[in-house]
Amino acid sequence: MARALYIHWPFCLKKCPYCDFNSHVRDAVDHAAWQDALVADMRHEAALAGGEPLGSIFFGGGTPSLMPPALVAALLAEAERLWGFAEGIEITLEANPSSVEAAAFGGLAQAGINRVSLGLQALDDAALRFLGRLHDADEGLRALAVAQRQFARVSFDLIYARPGQQPSAWEGELARALALGTGHLSLYQLTIEPNTRFATDVRLGRFAPLEDDPAAELFELTRAMTAAAGLPAYEISNHARPGEESRHNLTYWRYRDYCGIGPGAHGRRGGVATQRHRKPENWLAAVARQGHGIAEESALSPPTAAAEALLMGLRLSEGVDLPALARRFAIPPGRLVDAERQEMLARLGFLRREGDRLRVTARGMPVLDAILGELVHPGLVAA
Amino acid sequence: MTDLGLIRNFSIIAHIDHGKSTLADRLIQVCGGLTEREMSAQVLDNMDIERERGITIKAQTVRLNYTARDGRTYELNLMDTPGHVDFAYEVSRSLAACEGALLVVDAAQGVEAQTLANVYQSIEHDHEIVPVINKIDLPAAEPDKVKAEIEDIIGLDASDAVLTSAKSGIGIEDTLEAIVARIPPPTGDRDAALKAMLVDSWYDPYLGVVILVRVMDGVLKKGLQVRFMQGGTQHLVDRVGAFTPKRVDLPEIGPGEIGFITAQIKEVEQARVGDTITTVKGGADKALPGYKEVQPVVFCGLFPVDAADFEKLRESIGKLRLNDASFSYEMESSAALGFGFRCGFLGLLHLEIIQERLSREYDLDLITTAPSVVYRLRLGKTKNEEAKTIELHNPADYPDPNRIEWIEEPWIKATIYTPDEYLGAILKLCQDRRGIQTDLTYVGGRAQVTYELPLNEVVFDFYDRLKSISRGYASFDYEQIGLREGDLVKMNILVNNEPVDALSLIVHRSVAEERGRGMCERLKDLIPRHLFKIPIQAAIGGKVIARETIAALRKDVTAKCYGGDITRKKKLLEKQKKGKARMREYGNVSIPQEAFIAALRMGEE
Ligand SMILES: Nc1nc2c(ncn2[C@@H]2O[C@H](COP(=O)(O)OP(=O)(O)O)[C@@H](O)[C@H]2O)c(=O)[nH]1
Ligand SMILES: C[S@@+](CC[C@H](N)C(=O)[O-])C[C@H]1O[C@@H](n2cnc3c(N)ncnc32)[C@H](O)[C@@H]1O
Ligand code: SF4
Ligand SMILES: [Mg+2]
Repeated sequence: MARALYIHWPFCLKKCPYCDFNSHVRDAVDHAAWQDALVADMRHEAALAGGEPLGSIFFGGGTPSLMPPALVAALLAEAERLWGFAEGIEITLEANPSSVEAAAFGGLAQAGINRVSLGLQALDDAALRFLGRLHDADEGLRALAVAQRQFARVSFDLIYARPGQQPSAWEGELARALALGTGHLSLYQLTIEPNTRFATDVRLGRFAPLEDDPAAELFELTRAMTAAAGLPAYEISNHARPGEESRHNLTYWRYRDYCGIGPGAHGRRGGVATQRHRKPENWLAAVARQGHGIAEESALSPPTAAAEALLMGLRLSEGVDLPALARRFAIPPGRLVDAERQEMLARLGFLRREGDRLRVTARGMPVLDAILGELVHPGLVAA
Repeated sequence: MTDLGLIRNFSIIAHIDHGKSTLADRLIQVCGGLTEREMSAQVLDNMDIERERGITIKAQTVRLNYTARDGRTYELNLMDTPGHVDFAYEVSRSLAACEGALLVVDAAQGVEAQTLANVYQSIEHDHEIVPVINKIDLPAAEPDKVKAEIEDIIGLDASDAVLTSAKSGIGIEDTLEAIVARIPPPTGDRDAALKAMLVDSWYDPYLGVVILVRVMDGVLKKGLQVRFMQGGTQHLVDRVGAFTPKRVDLPEIGPGEIGFITAQIKEVEQARVGDTITTVKGGADKALPGYKEVQPVVFCGLFPVDAADFEKLRESIGKLRLNDASFSYEMESSAALGFGFRCGFLGLLHLEIIQERLSREYDLDLITTAPSVVYRLRLGKTKNEEAKTIELHNPADYPDPNRIEWIEEPWIKATIYTPDEYLGAILKLCQDRRGIQTDLTYVGGRAQVTYELPLNEVVFDFYDRLKSISRGYASFDYEQIGLREGDLVKMNILVNNEPVDALSLIVHRSVAEERGRGMCERLKDLIPRHLFKIPIQAAIGGKVIARETIAALRKDVTAKCYGGDITRKKKLLEKQKKGKARMREYGNVSIPQEAFIAALRMGEE
């Protein structure tokens, strides 16, 4: 039964040019209506996947720091009533670092949030302008300081490998980031996603994304610097002081069940994949009509689920426990991964088998997608 | 039958997009060949491939009845000819069936590329050429400038050029009047022995083989016993008719007329382009001039990517062959590629068209091996075998070099017409391809140059290169002139240290190194980066003559995970798997299908 709950808040003040998350700009949001609908969506999931206390809750977005603290409090109260909270539950909220939002951090902490993931994205003004952010560097750092006072655990996001970014520039920026003293960092290489303004800009030649080779160098630099600072990578883009990992996100990567409610949220419960309506209005209408926001529910065949488990698990430095996966999906290890390819990849230094665990090495991480394409047994992949 | 004086046979020459199809549609419409409702746009371009490439592959005709201003009703036969040097012979037969041509030029673009080559061919056939300046509705139209161009560049009198807008229906009647007034009627004798030229043929699932004919003398009727003078076969004509463009049956086709017949023929192979059809009784004793036996000159292997598709490939090739006697095939097997077919084509475009039709119409994924011409090899005596001479169609069958006493390769005589500003570049191209110049003459601003060239230097991309260095203005025609000895060697391409059979080719020693370097460089761009670095080498025997390295992949990873949305990543895996299905593996390296032919394109040199 699910022990992790994801709640999606789909609204932002402005759409960032790189972002293809399920985020929408709306003039006004009827908070009371949203509270009722989220509660209904949550009850639907709890009825199907309740029974065990929750170990983590994650408010993601969009910009959940725009939620009134009272709304957050109400949702948490309902979640606790439905599932119960495990000892030391991790409750994270994604926050944008504007002064207005920082002013609400106290209220959010009061409501029960104990971990914040702050979208700093960059530490210099020019980069923040390029990324189309509403805050500047100073405002971001002030918001971080408030967060560090209000919440027990704080993480922040940076987007690097920006067009033309030199290793020395990133080295400086990352050193400053590490000096800010959080126990967790999410460091994402800029990805040009289809249907974003950046995709258009690139197509029209307004800027060129950083080439793969320099991007690979920045990736290596990042891993070296974070490790040296005591926050090694535990996932492709996530770095933490040991023990400070995002427990909620580990649930995805370790491929454990999670409930996902709110617009566009994905969930996995008992071999079934759930997906909510993406557009806020459609989701609201669905909840009114059917009592929950699910747009699609599909049973995952064991091979498909096994492929998902490998895709997610191999992102982690800890890798996957192959015999355990084999037992879980009743598929022999030789049908989970292509043995011949595994051997070749190991020989090339991309993979390592240690006892039961299969791990992608530091060398393999920057080419993980290509490795997965070779490694995952073709029998698990739909043609 | 129609009085000879009332018949006009003509083709339309136009650069792509200058409005040939639109104008043809208008002519058909004005003559009442189709009602408004039946006019699905562009009647002439039948196959998808023809439409996309703007190349006509099979000749087609449309018969129109036009009542002219002089009150008389004329029979106009519009001939759409194939448009590529691979089909030069077929084109020449189509042109031989006409007395004139419309030269359509875009009023805004002016004289361009293809136009010239085709105009020269038409002139060679003594055609009367009527210039038509189309798209005069465009704001950028400059009919006077285009007239001057036609006079300067082509040397045709354009003072009487017809001005049209095919799109808005302007000048269509003027065009028809010009056809009637300026293109000469055909000549012929109704009472002489039947002589009809076989212009083209194709397979129709309902009618069997349909034959397009131009009657020179005599009359073709249903019920007639005819003889194909070159093919030597006899047939009973069971249907006679024309396309208007709808198929209509007619009582007969008289001298000067173009139409079709069927004669219970099952395979197009029996209906050879250029053959002369005459009656069994009282037939002609001399065939029409200009007949040539078509012979494939380029060979390559076609293999299914998925071995399970072999039967499907066999069936599909069989079906295509029903309609195209100019390509040949026989089964072949290769250690690396499994079972497939070695096929012969008229040229590289012909090869590409067949390959494209197989993958498009029959949904087959194919590997195409390096095209090759046919070599003759003399092998010395061994302990177990007498000396012998063999034909080599496939570089993979190249015998032990120590046994080879000599190799001969086919040569051609190429005739190239070009405006003289491109002559220098063209001479260099021919020289680079081991050509021997035999003639060079100037006529006004254009040159005619004749070269003898080894066919294997021409089959890959000579025509494309010629077109590109002459900005499309040069025309090219060739004939085979037999075999000559050459210092030829087999070049292997090794990818990740494994020889790739499908990429091996036979080259002249003097150009081997350069070709090898070119192949390696192109493969470097064509093969995607892998997780490891990949050496690519060209080698003759054990000696490496060129090498390149594809660097290992540095970055290929999804940076962020969308809160629990695994679907996207899974889609990526599915895409990778599909991509792999379109590649072939050699020594753990996946080579995309396109690479096999693209590697041979020599590009700028
Ligand atoms: N403005 C204008 N466009 C034309 C005219 N004739 C043809 N076109 C357009 O030019 C394009 C090419 O015409 P098409 O007949 O297919 O040319 P083809 O490639 O020579 O057969 C099409 O988009 C036609 O609609 C014309 O008289 N005026
Ligand atoms: C759900 S998003 C945003 C959370 C919050 N609304 C914000 O903007 O700060 C989570 C993170 O993904 C990262 N991200 C989004 N789009 C990205 C892209 N195209 N390339 C790289 N990182 C991206 C950003 O660092 C962002 O903070
Ligand atoms: S990056 Fe964050 S703030 Fe910007 S549009 Fe995406 S979710 Fe909204
Ligand atoms: Mg056309």
